[in-house]
Amino acid sequence: MSTASVPLPNWITYGLMPLLNLLMAFLISGLVVWSIGEDPVEALKLLIEGALGRGDAIGFTLFYTTSFIFTGLSVAVAFHAGLFNIGAEGQAYIGGLGAALVALSLDHYVPWYVTMPFAVIGAAIFGAAWAFIPAWLQARRGSHIVITTIMFNFIGAALMVYLLVNVFIVPGKMAPETRTFLPGGQLPKLDWLMAWFGLKLGPAPFNVSFLIALVMCFLVWLLIWRSKLGYEMRTLGISPSAAVYAGIPYSRTVIIAMLISGGLAGMMALNPVMGSSARLQVEFVGGAGFVGIAVSLMGRSHPVGIILAALLFGILYQGGADLSFEMPNITREMIVVIQGLVILFAGALEYMFRPAMVHLYQRLKRA
Amino acid sequence: MKKTLLTLIAMAALSTTALAADIKPALVYGTGGKFDKSFNEAAFHGAEQYKKETGTDFRDFEPTSDTQGEQAIRNFASKGFNPVVAVSFAWTSAMEKVAAEFPDTKFVIVDSVVKLPNVRSVVFKEEEGSYLVGVLAGMASKSGKVGFIGGMDIPLIRKFACGYAQGAKAANAKISVLQNMTGTTGAAWNDPVRGGELTKNQIDQGADVVYAAAGATGLGVLQTAADNKKLSIGVDSNQNHLHPGSVLTSMVKRVDLAVYNAYKDTAADKFTAGIQSNGVKEDGVAYALDDNNAKLVTPEMKAAVEKAKADIISGTVKVHDYMSDNTCPM
Repeated sequence: MSTASVPLPNWITYGLMPLLNLLMAFLISGLVVWSIGEDPVEALKLLIEGALGRGDAIGFTLFYTTSFIFTGLSVAVAFHAGLFNIGAEGQAYIGGLGAALVALSLDHYVPWYVTMPFAVIGAAIFGAAWAFIPAWLQARRGSHIVITTIMFNFIGAALMVYLLVNVFIVPGKMAPETRTFLPGGQLPKLDWLMAWFGLKLGPAPFNVSFLIALVMCFLVWLLIWRSKLGYEMRTLGISPSAAVYAGIPYSRTVIIAMLISGGLAGMMALNPVMGSSARLQVEFVGGAGFVGIAVSLMGRSHPVGIILAALLFGILYQGGADLSFEMPNITREMIVVIQGLVILFAGALEYMFRPAMVHLYQRLKRA
Repeated sequence: MKKTLLTLIAMAALSTTALAADIKPALVYGTGGKFDKSFNEAAFHGAEQYKKETGTDFRDFEPTSDTQGEQAIRNFASKGFNPVVAVSFAWTSAMEKVAAEFPDTKFVIVDSVVKLPNVRSVVFKEEEGSYLVGVLAGMASKSGKVGFIGGMDIPLIRKFACGYAQGAKAANAKISVLQNMTGTTGAAWNDPVRGGELTKNQIDQGADVVYAAAGATGLGVLQTAADNKKLSIGVDSNQNHLHPGSVLTSMVKRVDLAVYNAYKDTAADKFTAGIQSNGVKEDGVAYALDDNNAKLVTPEMKAAVEKAKADIISGTVKVHDYMSDNTCPM
């Protein structure tokens, strides 16, 4: 009897198993830390404290979380339509161009809350536009979306470096970046939200785009599970031939799914570009697009799961940086190893404990 | 009375020694990573040198992103580290923010300018150093073609390329300079394989001296040039020892001195803010000559490069700085 088909209660599938996987990942990471001669318990303590111990630490964690929610949602939407969007990195990069153009042209004239909706739309349109060509190629020419989106990451990076070095750069400045946006082009920090919990945000760049991310989570849920388009996308994702047989237009659905996916990735740019550095910089995405794949995978492509997974990666990012700061022996490469182990156990090996769990569950039920 | 005076003197003496020893230096690298055998490693060596001489340990951090860089600088400052040295222009905006928050802490930024009363900005005239190695390349080349391989296509690297081209042309007016950039993402600073491929490509086109200004990517450039029995030029640190007999010279940029001096000046309470511009004259940039490349540099070449050096110092030769108008006359 195949154990994969045995139904388990939700609290085991969505609660206990991810927890077990996570525990396993931390256990192995602990061994790695121990093998280089550091105290794993102390390391874990530093990691948790660095991510959640103070107001500004939580602020940084949530700042990273915000980026990961956007890119996680982006990957998830495409995934529901059976498309593996590896291009969130490039779409977010180009989305930054959209957000920056809006901020640069409006920040002299209007306050931030007027700029914000335009920036959201600008970022989404630019991100979606970057996803359009791979989507069209997939839908009409059968070019595999994985390949084309990866290629578009590089084209996007080349385009952005060209624009930043030759067009947007402030003359005489060394760094290839745009001028600093005035307050009218910046998203304000969420000090008040932190104050509700009696925490001080300090210098952490936790900003309004977090709220935009939460709204997007709700909208994605609405789209995927409560709309006709979402139904079509899911059908296409499960079986393209059945979807076509049922009269769902293949090309149109693929392109729309990718446009939404690209738009969500593009919006990620709001967080670092307008919420934190207040300027468009080279390489501002910093791998968040790729982390989005892991987040979506771990979050089972469900908005709630994505929020939790994004939070986990936010903790790993912020706590990891703090850990390598406090324990210089643990280099940044070690942090990548720990993150990799979490992805491996919690994302890729999700069914490792399932057979054992099923046996245990059935035995307990019989008893 | 006498006793109090003595105690006072003793206390004063104690406190000055305490001042001299009592610095907690910190160092924040660029995103290329500490051991890139080039720019960041030079900074590391400067700090190590200071540690060796004074016994004062330092703390360092390798950020992976812009946000982390700012966090690291702020963390060091808030934990009482002083001076905080950040190498790489990438930390310009971070430094502007953090240095304003901690007016009592001394900061140093390398490769960029931050105008604040507690920040020393150390910049280098890379075009002058590159000009010198360009002169050597122009004279060493038999094919009349020399190569340049940059990391990312950013103004700083164009500055290197432009100075190099001017030097090569000064040595040989008919020389042609092949130029390639490694990539468009941060990975371009750490991609020796791509660096090697580009070098192979330039060698196939006829280049017989290749200058790498690409961080750790340059290791691949030097390796490939050595494998193909061609000459290469290292950057930032003295890389002559990596492939003795193949590395023609290195354009040494004294990032190590910038770090070392920052620590030393703070310890001696002689820290000065403002812009420090280091060119050939200040020995901030130079071409490297040691046992490893002594055979490659002929007396004739040496005379020519020394003349170029003297001319730059005296002002007879003015090397055009790409950054001044974002164009290169070559």
